[in-house]
Amino acid sequence: MTEPQTQNGALVEVRSLKKYFPIRKGVLAREVERVHAVDDVTLSVAEGETLGLVGESGCGKSTLGRCIVRLLDPTAGDVVFDGRSIGKLKARALRPLRREMQMIFQDPYASLNPRKRVGTIIGDPLRIHDIGDRKERKQRVEALLETVGLSPEHYNRFPHEFSGGQRQRIGVARALALRPKLIVADEPVSALDVSIQAQMVNLLEELQDDFRLTYIFIAHDLGVVRHVSDRIAVMYLGKLVELSPAEELYTRPIMPYTEALLSAVPVPDPDLAEARERIVLEGDVPSPIHPPSGCRFHPRCRYATDICSQVEPPLVDYGNGHLAACHHPLNVDKETLAQVTASHTHTPETADESAVPREPGKEEAKPVTGLGDP
Amino acid sequence: MAERLLEVKGLKVRFTTEDGVVRAVDDVSFELDRGKVLGVVGESGSGKSVTAMTILGLTRDKNTAFEGEVLYRGENLLALPEARLREVRGNEIAMIFQDPMTSLNPVYTVGDQIVEAITTHEQASKQEAKRRAVELLRQVGIPNPQERVDDYPHQFSGGMRQRAMIAMALSCNPDVLIADEPTTALDVTIQAQILELLDRLRADFDSAVILITHDLGVVAEVADEIAVMYAGRIVERASKRQLFYDPQHPYTWGLLGSIPRLDRPKPKKLASIEGMPPSLINLPQGCRFRPRCPHSFEKCFEEPDLTNRVEERGHLDRCWLSVEEKRMRRTQTIAGEARVA
Repeated sequence: MTEPQTQNGALVEVRSLKKYFPIRKGVLAREVERVHAVDDVTLSVAEGETLGLVGESGCGKSTLGRCIVRLLDPTAGDVVFDGRSIGKLKARALRPLRREMQMIFQDPYASLNPRKRVGTIIGDPLRIHDIGDRKERKQRVEALLETVGLSPEHYNRFPHEFSGGQRQRIGVARALALRPKLIVADEPVSALDVSIQAQMVNLLEELQDDFRLTYIFIAHDLGVVRHVSDRIAVMYLGKLVELSPAEELYTRPIMPYTEALLSAVPVPDPDLAEARERIVLEGDVPSPIHPPSGCRFHPRCRYATDICSQVEPPLVDYGNGHLAACHHPLNVDKETLAQVTASHTHTPETADESAVPREPGKEEAKPVTGLGDP
Repeated sequence: MAERLLEVKGLKVRFTTEDGVVRAVDDVSFELDRGKVLGVVGESGSGKSVTAMTILGLTRDKNTAFEGEVLYRGENLLALPEARLREVRGNEIAMIFQDPMTSLNPVYTVGDQIVEAITTHEQASKQEAKRRAVELLRQVGIPNPQERVDDYPHQFSGGMRQRAMIAMALSCNPDVLIADEPTTALDVTIQAQILELLDRLRADFDSAVILITHDLGVVAEVADEIAVMYAGRIVERASKRQLFYDPQHPYTWGLLGSIPRLDRPKPKKLASIEGMPPSLINLPQGCRFRPRCPHSFEKCFEEPDLTNRVEERGHLDRCWLSVEEKRMRRTQTIAGEARVA
């Protein structure tokens, strides 16, 4: 393997990644339009880190995850994995790298072949990559079953004999079989019951320590994401709009979209639920075929001004590895804002003067109430 | 006192299957008054959806056996002939299902489906019904209702389909609205919109709502009273504040502990309830939660009744532990420090 060319120990680097899906029409299947699923996303994931990827459905988070493990071919841009550029590798060259990155899927019912036995499902990756002989593989699968909290006796059973939570464990065992470095988990717990969800989250965290795994954790549940992630990336309509250390995102969201997303999460505490101000976003996510001009969030943003519909805000570093793309950043003090303004061509306007919510009567921007206090 | 709309008394639902008798709902009782929201919380297989469907007679089948009563304004719905039940269904008691993609008919326009709901129950001309459909779509917040009424379901987004379902459910001014996981398939931002809508509609239409969900956060926002179900039984029933601030059943504690909360500092480990819910064919002896309960003792092999054990009168639970002991132990349990012996 070649020497890593990535900076500061990043296992994965996503560079200006774009994925457009063509919409074809007519006899000649001419491309008439494009779905901008992922549009110019740059980020990196350090070894041993968990990066949470959040956003509403259709924001491109799953597409990004699939491009990273090359289940989808990026339209433009590159992915550097462990020092190797893999964005344009051919299938054959990619194959040895497949061992290093695996996926866990959302639906434990659809992602396991119902006609294969559990032992075969988990052992197949080993067989495909020609690891060990039949006996060794069986031993390894049995060990894996124990690792994920099932029993070796389950080797000869079929997926339908298991509950949703147990099936998801089988999916995890399959992902672990090749001892990968990276696991992309696409909504791994959202199909499970709450009590089982917690078991699964704890299992994934234990495995991360035991196997020194790096996770990209895709989910729409902001509570689960906060619990597992070291850093969190927020996506909206194919764009990365905020990237922040996990805890900081919840106490100090900069992008108004993040603020709204956080405030929409129901709080299991009646008094707090009543006391806090809820920002209810109007309307749905616009179509990714014709994304809005300028900032893609501006039609739903309560702080939007003229500049938002004209100029696309760049992703700006607000210190402490907290990046956000917004003309009217929230929760940023004057000094930081001055520094940021001095060092960039596109200037975020001050949050204090112009960031007034559009609806009269509503209060000015402030940290999301009720969050973060002990 | 508010008008009592619905009263479920000792409801039991059993399905006979090849593998044995499934006791899906076992002795469930609750009351619902006008203008109130009852939250029913539980995991899959707890019997919450079967209870709801049984109220509307949707579980009637030759392999299903019922016991108990479902009284709607004093009339027992379980004993009603199908023809009379159809008059109640959709007209006086309406239901919103979890998945708006599969519960709308893809080959009819949204408007046609709402019109059908209206004309089935009322003497109204097509034009009149259509006019009302547009008005309903406007009330549930669909932009451009005059045009969107002629759209097919696939032209609606997930949130809009759920709004259309709600519009259809409201079309005959029902007294009782049963919402079965109405926001589970939706994004949080859309969920917030739908919850706000449900809350507003309860006030506008003066109906009562049964909100079935697995999400304690959702009931904390909108419910007045909450019933927690486990393995076919209600294990705790209380007003919203009581349930959240003085929870009495270890299963409720487990549920409260397994939610990763944004309003608290992050715990090292999420509290989880060990094991899995029992099979409804082979129920454990005694308390059904016993095999997963960190606090079980000998007495738990006998099943406790659902009765009032705390000072607050309407607060019922099914647990043998003394109230003092519960209050001592629960903080630890919610924090995930108690383990099954």
